[in-house]
Amino acid sequence: MTANKIYEKLKAELGEGIQEFVEMPLSDPFIVVSRDTILEACLVLRDEPEFLFDYMVNLSGVDQKDSFAVVYHLYSIKLNHRVVMKVILTDRESPSVPSVERVWKTANWHERETFDMFGITFDGHPNLIRILTPYDWVGHPLRKDYKTPDFYKGLKVPY
Amino acid sequence: MGLLDKLDNPYNTDGGIVLGTLEDLLNWGRSKSDWYLQFGLACCAIEFMALNASHFDLMRFGCIPRTSPRQADFIIISGTVTLKMAERITRLYEQMAEPKYVLAMGSCANSGGPYWEHGYHVLKGVDRIIPVDVYVPGCPPRPEAFFEGMVKLQEKISKQKIFEKRARLAEEDAVLKSDNPNESELPAGWEEVKH
Repeated sequence: MTANKIYEKLKAELGEGIQEFVEMPLSDPFIVVSRDTILEACLVLRDEPEFLFDYMVNLSGVDQKDSFAVVYHLYSIKLNHRVVMKVILTDRESPSVPSVERVWKTANWHERETFDMFGITFDGHPNLIRILTPYDWVGHPLRKDYKTPDFYKGLKVPY
Repeated sequence: MGLLDKLDNPYNTDGGIVLGTLEDLLNWGRSKSDWYLQFGLACCAIEFMALNASHFDLMRFGCIPRTSPRQADFIIISGTVTLKMAERITRLYEQMAEPKYVLAMGSCANSGGPYWEHGYHVLKGVDRIIPVDVYVPGCPPRPEAFFEGMVKLQEKISKQKIFEKRARLAEEDAVLKSDNPNESELPAGWEEVKH
C-alpha cells in the first residue's frame, strides 16, 4: 500500500488527529499526526489486517528551531510496505509525547536516545533515563541551542 | 649492542660466553615479551583484531593478550576515547603494574581525530589523562603502521635505565622535599628508605 493510501484510510478511521500528508523531493512522504492521536494511530497501524506494521525501523527526534519533531519510521514485513509519521511539538520548554513502548518494544531504547539527545519526554515510558551520555550529563547535545561544556569532571572538553 | 645482536641472531649457534650488563639482559627480556591488555574501544579495535589474526600475527612480537590489567605490560588505546570511557581508562591504567606503557592507536586516541571540533563527548587525545609512550597515526592505522609503533615501543623499553631510574626518582623526591620541606616529613617512628 502506498503512503498516500495509508494516509487516506487512517484519516477516515481517526479523523482530525491525522493532520496532513506531506510529499517532498528527496525524502519519504510523511504523515503529520497530532500529539494526542499518535498512540492510537500506532495501535491501529500495528493491528489492522490491512496495515500490519509489525516492525518499527526507527524513532528519532528533529530540532526545527521553533519546535521539535518526533519521527516514526514503520515497516510491515508481512505486507512489504512502509510509512513515516511525524509529531510536531511546539512547546520548546517541556516537549512531551506519549510513549509507544507498549506498541513496539524497540521503541524503548529509541525513546531513551531521543530523550537523551533532545530532552523530549515520553509519557508512560518504563525507564526514561539517559542512554548514551553519562547519567550526570548536563543538557541535551543535539538541540540547536546546545553549548558544549568547557569541562566535564575536570577534563577539558574543547580541543 | 653486541649482547643483543648475539642473543637475537637465530643462526648464531657457537654458544660460549657473552659479556654484557644485567640491565641489557633485563631490558632485552622485557622488550621482547610485552603482554598487552585486551581492550578495544572503537573502529581501531577492528583493525586490531586483524592484527592479532594469523595474517599479521602480533604474537611474533611476543605480545600475548591479557584480560586483566594486573598482568599487562602495556595498554593499547585503540579508538575514540569518550568522556564517559575516560574514567574507566584511568582506572584500568592505575590497576596495571609498573613498569607500564601506553600505545595510542589512531587519530582519535592521539588528538580527537574527526571529533576534534564538534565532539562534545570526546576526549581530545588520551594523553590528557594518561601518559602516552608511542603515538601511531592513521584512521585507522594499517597493521604495518602499528608494527612500526610496536618496534618503537620495544626500542624504548630496551633503552631504559632500570637502575638509574631509581636514582632519578630519588632526585625528584629530593627536589619535592626542598620545595615543601614540611609536607614530606615522615610520621614518628618511620624511617626513610634511601634508594
